[in-house]
Amino acid sequence: MAVVYKKSKMLTDTPFHYCPGCTHGIAHKLVAEVLEEMGAEGNVVGVAPVGCAVFAYKYFNCDMQEAAHGRAPAVATGIKRVLPDKFVFAYQGDGDLASIGMAEIVHAATRGEKITVIFINNAIYGMTGGQMAPTTLEGQKATTCIYGRNPEVNGHPIKMCELLATLTGPSYIARGALTDPANVRKAKKMIKTAFEHQAQKKGFSFVELLSSCPTNWGMTTEQALEYVKTDMQKLYPLGVFKEV
Amino acid sequence: MKELMKGNEAIAEAAVRGGCRAFFGYPITPQNEIPEYMSWRLFEVGGTYVQAESEVAAINMVYGAAGAGARAMTSSSSPGISLKQEGISYICCSRLPCVIVNMVRGGPGLGGIQPAQSDYFQATKGGGHGDYHMLVYGPASVQECVNIMYDAFDKADKYRVPVMILGDGMLGQIMEPVELPEFKDLSKLPRKNWATYGDGTGEKRNIINSLLIEPDELEAHNKLLADTYAEMARNETMCEEYLCDDAEIVLTAYGTVARIAKSAVNILREQGKKVGLLRPITLYPFPNDAFRKVAEQDCVKEFVCTELSMGQMIEDVKLATGMLKPVHFYGRCGGNVMTPEDLVEFVLKEGK
Ligand SMILES: Cc1ncc(C[n+]2csc(CCOP(=O)(O)OP(=O)(O)O)c2C)c(N)n1
Ligand code: SF4
Repeated sequence: MAVVYKKSKMLTDTPFHYCPGCTHGIAHKLVAEVLEEMGAEGNVVGVAPVGCAVFAYKYFNCDMQEAAHGRAPAVATGIKRVLPDKFVFAYQGDGDLASIGMAEIVHAATRGEKITVIFINNAIYGMTGGQMAPTTLEGQKATTCIYGRNPEVNGHPIKMCELLATLTGPSYIARGALTDPANVRKAKKMIKTAFEHQAQKKGFSFVELLSSCPTNWGMTTEQALEYVKTDMQKLYPLGVFKEV
Repeated sequence: MKELMKGNEAIAEAAVRGGCRAFFGYPITPQNEIPEYMSWRLFEVGGTYVQAESEVAAINMVYGAAGAGARAMTSSSSPGISLKQEGISYICCSRLPCVIVNMVRGGPGLGGIQPAQSDYFQATKGGGHGDYHMLVYGPASVQECVNIMYDAFDKADKYRVPVMILGDGMLGQIMEPVELPEFKDLSKLPRKNWATYGDGTGEKRNIINSLLIEPDELEAHNKLLADTYAEMARNETMCEEYLCDDAEIVLTAYGTVARIAKSAVNILREQGKKVGLLRPITLYPFPNDAFRKVAEQDCVKEFVCTELSMGQMIEDVKLATGMLKPVHFYGRCGGNVMTPEDLVEFVLKEGK
């Protein structure tokens, strides 16, 4: 019988711990498939974040380092500088990357570190139970802004792709969404381009993936994906922000 | 052949010769000569250097590079070392060998930029969160800095711990003649079977991690760390005893202060006073046995602990001597440094 689909070799057999309907799993799968397609097996070091993806080191079938909250780009910098010919990627959530780790991501980007960062923007702190994230939308409810994010009190959401695209160091900056098969396919292409940039040592590469957190958004899977397609994409438009 | 070198530069060169191939720093006085030196020197030997965006980033770069198997280090001074504490805690839990140099300046807060020893607690008792220690040295001369730095990566690798060299502004800035050792042959070093070289897959992949979510797992890990520190104490403890055999008063000091104390001992000996010096070279593990032995000598009447702080090492001196004899304290701080005469005067006043 012909095999039409199988799990990527770049994923281990450990079952994901993610909630039903969570898009972290899709993001993992895409990264793993791209690495496999590029023949990177046995040539990769990944860096896991602090956040719901903290156990990413159990799932990616490659050497992994678990970083402190927000520090993944610095850890990845240290790895890549001593292993310049390996693929090095960091996988981070929005609290990790755009709040506590803002300095690390901006400076890894501006130095043009030849690493790839996968940024899961689900507009919430998932792991700690639904607090406001730097990317939480105006009006979006979280446990630390129960009436919805009020810019007067909580400030405004951060657009990471737009921000990083102003820098010289990055060679590829793109935003995709994990909402439906068409977008998932596009997101995979972005991830592939990002790793190709790394392989060619072009510069820092970054893919933001708009993601859902049905658990902490208090929505069904369908509602959550609809929220990404409508409200989130309005604030965070999809596309390639920089490619050199 | 001996060369005249500034402490900071001598440490940097000794690090390179001892195998350092990755340095991650951030400017802060009084250690700037170390990153400045490394910023060009490492590229001459096929290494790498990054001026990080902060000390927080620098220590996490060390984490990444050390985790990937390289001999990686960072240096800073007190406020910067405070920022590194999070990373040091993760490094200790993940058991990553590396070297951290702290050229201590006065604190708390932004403090001053003059020499101090006020980071002793931070260096020896933990500093960051959790149950951990580093192998901490308090060298007293530029040559001793070189010797300790040269072997620091071997020690770090052996125990899978960070080594901290606790210096001070004086040690960093002073110029002294030093003998530099030959380059270590890095090709002879064994592969680190735990490191993420990038070639791991399946059963063979390595994970650098400090998350141990199961209580039993974490407790077992805490015990493993404690065993490591106990073994380190058995093998690595270093202490200099100077004229203690017949001493009635024993001065205790580490680092540059120990040199001032040694001068005071010499002056007092010339005056016929029976004074000695006990100088810990490893601050963690503390040389407990040497202190206990001297404290048990009948001739010894009292100790005088002298530090550039309000009194930090004195706690270890009291513990190590079991308080068998009184322990007096003479400290200067804020960047002020005692003279040998200050110590002579204090000893003559306190000594019965
Ligand atoms: C220094 C530090 N501060 C806070 C935390 C607690 N913490 C764990 S995960 C997390 C937020 C994660 O949110 P995000 O990065 O958006 O990832 P998600 O869980 O949504 O995937 C926080 C604040 C921590 N582990 N370390
Ligand atoms: S809490 Fe949210 S982000 Fe975390 S696993 Fe569940 S759905 Fe995913």
